Amino acid sequence: MSLRRLAPPDMQPAGFAFSADNAAWAVKEIAKYPQGRQASAVIALLWRGQEQEGWVTHPMIESIAQMLSMPFIRVLEVATFYTMFNLVPVGTYLVQVCTTTPCWLAGSDAVMDACKKHIHPHPHTVSADGKFSWMEVECLGACVNAPMLQMGKDFYEDLTGPITEKLIADFRAGKDPKPGPQNKRHTSEPEGGATTLLEDVAKPKKPSKPKPGAAT
Amino acid sequence: MPTRKLIVDGKEIEADDSVTLLQACEQAGAEIPRFCYHERLSVAGNCRMCLVEWVGAPKPQASCALQVRDIFPNKDGTPAKINTTSPYARKAREGVMEFLLINHPLDCPICDQGGECDLQDQAMGYGRAAFHRFNENKRAVEDKYMGPLIKTIMTRCIQCTRCVRFATEVAGVPDLGATGRGEDMEITTYLEKAFASELSGNVVDLCPVGALTSKPYAFNARPWELRKTESIDVMDAQGSNIRVDARGSQVMRVLPRLNEDVNEEWISDKARHACDGLSRQRLDRPYVRVNGKLKPATWAEAFAAIAAKISETSPDKMAAVVGDLSAAEEIKALKDLMGALSVTNLDCRQDGAKLGGPRQTYLFNTGIAGVEAADAILLVGANPRWDAPVLNARIRKTWLATGPAIANIGPAVDLTYPVMQLGDDLSVLEAIANGSHAFAKTLKDAARPMIILGAGTVARADGAAILKLAARIAGDTGMIGPKGTPAEGGWNGFNILHTAASRVGALDLGFVPGAGGRDVAAIVDGAQKGAIDFIYLLGADEFDVAHLGRAFVVYQGSHGDAGAHHADVVLPGAAYTEKDGLYVNFEGRVQQAGRAVFPPGEAREDWAIIRALSDVLGRRLPYDNRETLRAAIIKDAPHFAKIGEAPVHADTKPATWSNIGQAGALDSQKLGQTFAGYYQTNPIARSSETMARCAKEIGQGVVQMAAE
Repeated sequence: MSLRRLAPPDMQPAGFAFSADNAAWAVKEIAKYPQGRQASAVIALLWRGQEQEGWVTHPMIESIAQMLSMPFIRVLEVATFYTMFNLVPVGTYLVQVCTTTPCWLAGSDAVMDACKKHIHPHPHTVSADGKFSWMEVECLGACVNAPMLQMGKDFYEDLTGPITEKLIADFRAGKDPKPGPQNKRHTSEPEGGATTLLEDVAKPKKPSKPKPGAAT
Repeated sequence: MPTRKLIVDGKEIEADDSVTLLQACEQAGAEIPRFCYHERLSVAGNCRMCLVEWVGAPKPQASCALQVRDIFPNKDGTPAKINTTSPYARKAREGVMEFLLINHPLDCPICDQGGECDLQDQAMGYGRAAFHRFNENKRAVEDKYMGPLIKTIMTRCIQCTRCVRFATEVAGVPDLGATGRGEDMEITTYLEKAFASELSGNVVDLCPVGALTSKPYAFNARPWELRKTESIDVMDAQGSNIRVDARGSQVMRVLPRLNEDVNEEWISDKARHACDGLSRQRLDRPYVRVNGKLKPATWAEAFAAIAAKISETSPDKMAAVVGDLSAAEEIKALKDLMGALSVTNLDCRQDGAKLGGPRQTYLFNTGIAGVEAADAILLVGANPRWDAPVLNARIRKTWLATGPAIANIGPAVDLTYPVMQLGDDLSVLEAIANGSHAFAKTLKDAARPMIILGAGTVARADGAAILKLAARIAGDTGMIGPKGTPAEGGWNGFNILHTAASRVGALDLGFVPGAGGRDVAAIVDGAQKGAIDFIYLLGADEFDVAHLGRAFVVYQGSHGDAGAHHADVVLPGAAYTEKDGLYVNFEGRVQQAGRAVFPPGEAREDWAIIRALSDVLGRRLPYDNRETLRAAIIKDAPHFAKIGEAPVHADTKPATWSNIGQAGALDSQKLGQTFAGYYQTNPIARSSETMARCAKEIGQGVVQMAAE
């Protein structure tokens, strides 16, 4: 983790407004909480704002603070606390590379190198064509398919350097690569196919009732 | 109140269920180190320095965050055993201290907190002096801008969050926060704007390390080289208890003193930081105007000029006005001198306030601590946030604790707590008096309602009529009487919020027009029309001194402000840090200021100047020292003998209350505020560079100086 500050003013957009759908959703979200506790909706609103804009902007923070009658600093605290909020602009495709121990041991360095080569040498920086940016993240819970990356709401797993490069190239070309393991593995089965539980599992027998008086 | 038994360091105590273990341990006489815990703030429990051993518990316990009610007795029924000094507790604290010092810079020699630093002190007790185990680089944090009063060296911050909690809870200005987390947590204002509270300086006192220090005081002095004097603040009429720290002849800083009944442990920024004005623009020698220009003179020459003018002026053409920062001693001396000269044109109400008469009619009768018992508050043209910031914090505290209904007639301002804004039209006040307004019912239904009239409100041309209305509201809604008993003697909810530190004292001593005498407005009028030829200004700068016509003006005071600019004779007096003066705060509490330094140059204590002048005029005043003068004051107003005491709150005699104000027509003019800005409201604050910087950087309007 590193210092999390708002993006510099020249990167910030002039304003922020929820789309009509999101605004209607926000009203419902805020109404979930009792009177006087509207601030509880702050994470949900920031997250929806980030889904809409791609990142959390300065006008967004102030706009959400006003919606929830919160001091600006309180929303800033939340936005800087959680690393899931992006405080700098991201590309259309945000590549989140897991580098926690299992992924790292399984070769996440090669995945990162591919990102550095084909997106930008530095994380949190939008590529020249504006389509990509990448960042390191902590464990995303797919260790069994390590190494992996997250793009949008999809996981791309069992990566190597070349596979990552191809993934990025496919996205760049506007293709829609299939999420999941990229090495022909079926979900988290062993590589090369299942090795256990190959036969049909018989229906479990009814457990026999213990005879009365058997237990002493 | 349920209690339970604890054995603290082998001593059995009976602790109240509602207190924390830390407080219980203190009751038992144990000393618990702490950084984040503060009795006036919410409990954060994040510094872990207050760890104690609860015998049998699996871990050391943070005593500040553990309620006594949560401590259960041992299985055999014996009271829980708490050890605060055992090797186990000590080791735990040493571990915490080691963590705190990992990232704390070793810059004590250049740190302004050095010598009065909690971390420094506690590191003496719990630091691992023998060795340290941390060889990595220390974390460095960028300094933040927090305004003209707070200097930040954020690498020193130990994230106790006292400042954040103070800003949010006590000051009610949630500008401060902690961004990021873990090692990257930083205390900052929102996007590094100035911390826009009138109480901001208190975070410097709260900071247990040197992360937040006083910007104007930076690198000026060390605590051990300062002479400390207990005194009273005069920047507003609250009479906050302060400690004046001086080195040589200069006041270096002002700090709050604890007084639960007055200012708790807070003071306003003006009280704390206007002290640099004490060494600027000072009058340090007498001046006499010769051919239109003020020329330096000796005391004898100045007195001779005054005596010459007085000898050729009849008493009805003479007048005297007392300013806002004068102590009771000089007011009494001037009153006696003017009495000896048969002058009746006396006034202490520079703003033209329609106050006087029985004491209860011009006091803040509820008392400052009494506010906490109020359950409905009506503000009329009062902005306590500027008029008395520490009182405002008390109202906010009351609002947080019991949530009284608070309404405001006057300009809509952010008072840091929710207020029903009833508009700034006086018709609302009339409607409440007639009972036709909804808030009239709120006041009537309340057990202990109060009304607060701003100083500017009673100073209006129709001030007397407003007073009358307010008194009627007070009477009709049962504000005055035995309805509920906060501390003693019933409830009195009728309050005037003065802004001048000298005002109540001067009214107590009767420095108001005598029989047939003129008030301030009439004095100015008379001076312009030639009916007043001689005016004695005792530190009076806040009225229209520029338009006194051809009158001969004597200005006695500490600063070269508006009054001195228009004077024919200037007599250099002492500022409030330079005399042992008595001041009466707005609740009628007599308090004694202390002399921290001597007046500069040839300046003298004010009562002594008047005494010396009386000798030259051949009307020697009958006191040669402060004691005899005090005795004379006490003879006039016996309550001056009771230093530190506020008057008993309620006086329900109808005679007193039916005589307040005068029925009359109300102006159509909207209600305004007493001040146009917070920072520059008196000669000392106007001379202060710090206050000028505050007005510029925080910006709440600058009071116009009287035109030259």
